Amino acid sequence: MKSEYDILVIGGGPGGAMAAWTAAKAGLSACIIEKRPAIGAPVRCAEGIGKELLKEFMDPDPRWISADIQRARIIAPDGTTIDLDEGKAGTEVGYVLDRKVFDRDLVWKASEAGADVFVKTRAVAPILEGSRVCGATVEFCGERRDIRAKVTIAADGVEAKFARWCGIDTTLPLHDMMSCAQYLVTGIDIDPHSNDFYLGGEVAPQGYLWVFAKGERSANIGVGIPASKAKPGMRARDYLDRFMRKHYPEGRIIECIFGGDPVSRPLPCTVADGLMIVGDAARVVDPITGGGIGNAMITGKMAAGVAAKAIAAGDTSKAALMPYDQGWRSSKMGRTLERNYRVKEYFITLSDEKMNTLARSIEGINFSEITVMALLKEIITRNPKLLLELKHLRDNLT
Amino acid sequence: MLTIHREICGYCGACVSVCPEGALELVDAYLTVDDGVCISCGLCTKACPLGALEVTDEE
Repeated sequence: MKSEYDILVIGGGPGGAMAAWTAAKAGLSACIIEKRPAIGAPVRCAEGIGKELLKEFMDPDPRWISADIQRARIIAPDGTTIDLDEGKAGTEVGYVLDRKVFDRDLVWKASEAGADVFVKTRAVAPILEGSRVCGATVEFCGERRDIRAKVTIAADGVEAKFARWCGIDTTLPLHDMMSCAQYLVTGIDIDPHSNDFYLGGEVAPQGYLWVFAKGERSANIGVGIPASKAKPGMRARDYLDRFMRKHYPEGRIIECIFGGDPVSRPLPCTVADGLMIVGDAARVVDPITGGGIGNAMITGKMAAGVAAKAIAAGDTSKAALMPYDQGWRSSKMGRTLERNYRVKEYFITLSDEKMNTLARSIEGINFSEITVMALLKEIITRNPKLLLELKHLRDNLT
Repeated sequence: MLTIHREICGYCGACVSVCPEGALELVDAYLTVDDGVCISCGLCTKACPLGALEVTDEE
């Protein structure tokens, strides 16, 4: 461990690894610290990612693909099922990853490119000079030391403590925090190429329950509900256990996974003097799906690209790092995040009856595209009155 | 005050970012609360997917 780097990355998930990999490839000295003793574990994720998104960064590798997903099914509260099929749509769906292997591979790539990696090493405080972030004090096995950096990238996930210590409010309101529980279940009859989403007040009020194939006879089965809806006996784990008893009583649970998924709007600003925030810490999770892997990679790569230019120019002030914030916000990802937040805010107001009606209206339709947008457009075509309720969304839908 | 039921906690950190005071910290594989900072508001008890957090009386 050196005492100074061009770029210090806090957190060894996909966002942090992508940032360090990009920085190292650009010839910068980069260091990743990860507080957990292993990269990729424990998993805090349902592991789904779109194929198109992933291919922007790397070729798919069978070592970290658990399942090739060709179908998605949305199951309404009354059982009405909307089938989205890759074969019929002509567009690709996605993969369910093995994050333990995937995350390690990404960090390995960063390391191969020259980045230093330190696990079981936790940031305990930023090094601040006035309002300027100059690195972090880190702790490894009880020993503290300072790592200075020209740019520090906070990729510390949903907890987002590092940015908070730097004076940026990352607190999530309860209604924007999905409280999640998931089991990796084996020995069950499932479609190994389908991801299924169950909706409704009984299975997951204002959230959804997922069954994501993890290969033959195995799946990530999980549920997320807004923390604001949780009560004793009605927490994520309770909903999951009830679903398991009803649908998969024969399943063997070989891993318990818990976590929080931030489905808020992104942070109002993701840069400060010497600091950039990426991935879940920046709150760039898709508010509809809760998916964050791809967006973490996009922001990690973009942040390191802007940081490299700023370092080359000798200016890593907030203003010099601002092209990162502006860049992702005006990108397709940024626009989709804003639209999907609004769509989420509408959909959580729907009663089970209304969801059933909407689902029935698009049951059996062949979609040419498998996206939230394509679904929404079809729902509106079949239910034109909905446009009145979605007035505030109209500009985002065209 | 806030009681962490360690035998229930899944050390996932879901509670950490809803804390308005920044009193919670997931240190590697265990959760800590800074009692000097915690205001016993109970928001974190709702974020926990397992019910491992509880606000109890002072005494």
